[in-house]
Amino acid sequence: MSRDIWLIFVHQLRLSMGGRLGLVLGVLQPVLNLALFGPLLTAYLGPGSWQVFVPGVLMQLALLSTGLAGFGIVFDARFGVLERQRVSPASRTALLLGRVCTNVVVLLGQAALVVALGFAFGFRAPVAGLALGLALLVPLAVSLAALSYAFALVLPRQEMFAPMAGTVIVPMLLLSGALLPMSTAPGWLDVISRATPFRYAVEGLRAAFAGHYTSPTLAAGAAVSVVFAVAAVTAGTRTFIRRHA
Amino acid sequence: MEHVIEARGLARSFSGTAAVRGVDLTVGAGQIVGFLGPNGAGKTTTLRMLTTLLRPSAGTATVAGHDVAAAPSAVRRRIGYVAQGGSTNPACTVLQELLLQARLYRVADPHARSRELMERFGLADQVIGSLSGGQKRRLDIALGIVHTPPLIFLDEPTTGLDPQSRTEVWQHVRRLRDEHGTAVFLTTHYLEEADALCDRILIIDQGRIIGAGTPEELKSRLSGDIVTVEIDGDAAAARAALAGLAAVRKVQAGGGTLRITVEHGDRILVQLTRALDAGGLEPRSIRLTRPTLDEVFLALTAREASHVA
Repeated sequence: MSRDIWLIFVHQLRLSMGGRLGLVLGVLQPVLNLALFGPLLTAYLGPGSWQVFVPGVLMQLALLSTGLAGFGIVFDARFGVLERQRVSPASRTALLLGRVCTNVVVLLGQAALVVALGFAFGFRAPVAGLALGLALLVPLAVSLAALSYAFALVLPRQEMFAPMAGTVIVPMLLLSGALLPMSTAPGWLDVISRATPFRYAVEGLRAAFAGHYTSPTLAAGAAVSVVFAVAAVTAGTRTFIRRHA
Repeated sequence: MEHVIEARGLARSFSGTAAVRGVDLTVGAGQIVGFLGPNGAGKTTTLRMLTTLLRPSAGTATVAGHDVAAAPSAVRRRIGYVAQGGSTNPACTVLQELLLQARLYRVADPHARSRELMERFGLADQVIGSLSGGQKRRLDIALGIVHTPPLIFLDEPTTGLDPQSRTEVWQHVRRLRDEHGTAVFLTTHYLEEADALCDRILIIDQGRIIGAGTPEELKSRLSGDIVTVEIDGDAAAARAALAGLAAVRKVQAGGGTLRITVEHGDRILVQLTRALDAGGLEPRSIRLTRPTLDEVFLALTAREASHVA
């Protein structure tokens, strides 16, 4: 199975790299957010604003880049590529995980770009913290991509994928506290926010970049992300197999 | 004969509605078998069950030596499947798709096999989006046989192709059987295609097989051949002269023309002329017309419809 995951991963990655426009557009929105909204935030949050904002933009990137991954499988299904792979000896789990791996690698590349740009604006983080933060993005990307594929496959009308995924992603982004920290939120909003895994992930990212390696916030962020990833991959593979019994 | 497909009582319903109701069929090794039926007859559902894409609600099927429900991955390794709407990503190149397919099937030398197939199907390493419909279809077939399976399923392989591309696809399908001994199970709603290409035909309607045989068998069994004889003499006398022939089913006489319905017109033609000769009748012309598969098909499905009603 690992060989099939690798085969699908390499094939999908080559395709993603071929579609350069898609890669650029995927990272454009977070980059613009960083450039056009970030400086404004400094006026409200002070000079430390980049420490708060860069992890938030990374969360936005994860939600948009991997959360919309399912869009790709809509086309694979329409072109008959998915069906061709489904009658091949490759396991259905491998067909899913190979694609998920591609999304993770693409996301890490885009994240590196966002961090580099953040540095240009004044964001600072220790190397170990950066590595830890990017590592934290991995389970998050895995969960989002797996759920996104499962969601795309169960939709009765696949052209509904983009609008429906957007309807889920935008509130998740706001509730995660990625754009503005949730610490200033009214109590009820704070409670709703804590019911989403993304809140813990964003706070974990901020702790990692701040170099608070032993903080409970980072531990909570990592734990929630990993549990979320395991649950999402389980649900995703189940859907993938069931839809294709 | 060795069978590559053997299905017994295969059935499938979707939320209570039966799409396929107990299909029995066999396909011999190295045969081209056509699966014909009107839209919604259960062709694609049957095909999807045989290719492990859909679980049967009832019945069993052994495909390429393995049970589709018990050992789907063993079946998948031994069959090729070419779906109706194509199977390739337009952003990929021909070689990329062939290589991925060859690797997923663990072909020993993926590069050599891909090049070999490109040459055989007349394909260059282009972006798939720039291929013509016929080229794309040939690539689909090449992808289906990358692992040299003993059996390939083609779902409406020539739908939407121009006549020239269609003939090319037919030639490739025949070569699969003749040069590689591959059995081909294809669905089509072009009767001329089934007639030109298939060793055997299965006709499905309303989820049941309602006819099976070689194209020739189906035609003679169902409607018989028509021999039209024009004579100078007395039609009634001619009728009497032919009455003794066992293969004659029906004689219609009008003016100087006889319409004789027979089984196996090609075999009876000589007997027929002798009988007329013995009766002292001189035929001016004799014409043998065989029914088209369209007529057979319409006769079968119409009978089925009246049967149900």
